[in-house]
Amino acid sequence: MTVSSGLPDIPSAAGSPTPLVRVESLTKLFPMSRGLFRRPSAHIHAVDDVSFELFEGESFGLVGESGCGKTTIGKLLVKLMEPTGGRILFQDDRDTAGGQTLTDIVDTSGKDLKEFRRKAQMIFQDPYESMNPRRTIFDTIAEPLSVQGIGSPPERMDKVRDLLELVGLTPASTMLFRYPHELSGGQRQRVAIARALVVEPTFVVADEPTSMLDVSFSTSIMHLMSGLARQLGVTYLYITHDLAVARYMCQRIAVMYLGKIVELAETEELLSNPLHPYTRALLSAVPSPDPAHQRDPVNILGDVSAPVNPHPRCRFHDRCPMAAPQCYVESHPPMEDHGGGHLVACYRV
Amino acid sequence: MTPQTDPQSSVPPHGTEPAPTNLTAARVRLALRGFREGWSIFVESRIGVIGLAVIIIFALMAISHPILMATIWDEATYDPVTGYAFDQIEQPAPPSWAHPLGTDPLGRDVLSQLLSSTASEFILGIVAALVTVSIATMVGAVAAYYGGIVDTLLMRLADLVVSLPGLSLLIVLSALFDLNLFMLALLIGVLGGFGGSAIIFKSQALSVSVKPYIEAARVAGGGRLHIILVHIVPNLLPLSFLYMMFTVTGAIFSEAVLSYFGLLNIRMSWGIMIHTASTAGYLLGGTKYWWLIVPAGASITLLCSTFYLVGRALDEVANPRLRRR
Repeated sequence: MTVSSGLPDIPSAAGSPTPLVRVESLTKLFPMSRGLFRRPSAHIHAVDDVSFELFEGESFGLVGESGCGKTTIGKLLVKLMEPTGGRILFQDDRDTAGGQTLTDIVDTSGKDLKEFRRKAQMIFQDPYESMNPRRTIFDTIAEPLSVQGIGSPPERMDKVRDLLELVGLTPASTMLFRYPHELSGGQRQRVAIARALVVEPTFVVADEPTSMLDVSFSTSIMHLMSGLARQLGVTYLYITHDLAVARYMCQRIAVMYLGKIVELAETEELLSNPLHPYTRALLSAVPSPDPAHQRDPVNILGDVSAPVNPHPRCRFHDRCPMAAPQCYVESHPPMEDHGGGHLVACYRV
Repeated sequence: MTPQTDPQSSVPPHGTEPAPTNLTAARVRLALRGFREGWSIFVESRIGVIGLAVIIIFALMAISHPILMATIWDEATYDPVTGYAFDQIEQPAPPSWAHPLGTDPLGRDVLSQLLSSTASEFILGIVAALVTVSIATMVGAVAAYYGGIVDTLLMRLADLVVSLPGLSLLIVLSALFDLNLFMLALLIGVLGGFGGSAIIFKSQALSVSVKPYIEAARVAGGGRLHIILVHIVPNLLPLSFLYMMFTVTGAIFSEAVLSYFGLLNIRMSWGIMIHTASTAGYLLGGTKYWWLIVPAGASITLLCSTFYLVGRALDEVANPRLRRR
């Protein structure tokens, strides 16, 4: 296993020289087509001009409500989808001697794509549907090895055993030839983690891996994942709708709203000093276990709208409690640094 | 191969399987276990067992013909096509000890005809079923996974084939070309495989191909062929077995109809037996000449319905929602 120098305490935007992943104005539009020969009448702007960077060894949280494009970003980063626009730059470890270079993975294919599949993996949300019911646990975990031709069958067997031990499914030999339906949700998600880690990736997209589990399971899965990140030096893009989960797992958090990142900061900074009205509203909705805790209630208006051919003005303007005439006139606000890498997209802060 | 097997592993918590040491052995054991589970569900539904028993009886009939020809039946009298029952004064002769199902208008033994046709009915049904299911599985999986223009072309082709009246088409084709049994089986298989079955397999494959495990396989680095063959096709197999059974029924039925019209280049079949009775004018003779029609007709009906029953029982194995428990 590749073990990095260790997890940096709180990697700041200015701290690391080269990011592991740099996303530049990433855009994904889904056409709303009506039949084969008709032109799409409208586009859903699932991800709209999003830029951020991930540094080696950090866990980067992507938070937002359903349908805001978090999962789409995750799928774009592991090349399950092709972006409509923008670049995804991935650290190229072919010349580690000098300064590391970044390569655009958007157009990779063939051999380079196979190479990329070894470095970037994904853990899926639904542990019940993310495994082929007709394949055993061994087949499921060993699949990345077998399709990429890594190791001989006995070596794969040893590797799968090691990983089962690592994710806490012991004794491993009794698990190897079970079917997914014989396992509980928590156990399945451990198998999914083992499958993602079997090729020793540097980057893992975790798409709400605990949202479908019982609370007791989800805590242990989060514990396992953060432990593995430290142990193996894995960088996570952790997608969640739960700020409490993001706080536990992530060093930095980006808040998304309708395909845009509206606020990005280090976890404690974001939680203690939220600047964007949407972030404030999200935080006010998180229940606090401290009865003496006082937080200003933030009322946002209306309901979330669909990002179908959105107006170029601020995405949040129609729900924003502090919207000004400027917000209606000008285009979506750019991300501005409000000190220490705390980026906010709002004219009013 | 397993140096780090810890002492715990020899005590599996569920007590079902010992710790596997060999990959192939473990897979064989899993396959056997799956078969046993499926078998117990199959046995639970009586129709499946009854159907299977009838199929076995027909299979024994098919085997018995060459044995009888080699042992107690002499070729001059009992050959299903060229034989002649010299011991009977007038033809068709009613059942007797020498000819348990009588003779046909040309003096040939009906039981011998019935038994000799059974094997070819089986071959016809199985070849047609295998061809149908292989084509339909691949067409369905490819259409569902690739989508877009490939899907559109294959599915519009399927619509076209479905809209053709199958039996009339077969009648035209067999009148134009000199069809033998094997060609008929291929033809029925191709028509079925690109037609209705393809649409059903595609809809099933579509529900498989949107599952997250397909995306997981793509992230793992699996190519299109890997995903289709390893993830989509195995999940279509229960449906395949089901459709094989239904296709056998259809193929036997089509063969009987075409033979009845005398459109097939086959030595002997159940359809030809009825054709012979019909052309000699015995079909409307009421029950007086029952042995000319009933054995062949009953065999066609029974074998067709039997494969259907087995198909229904397999459906219960494959589709848990149909189980009554």
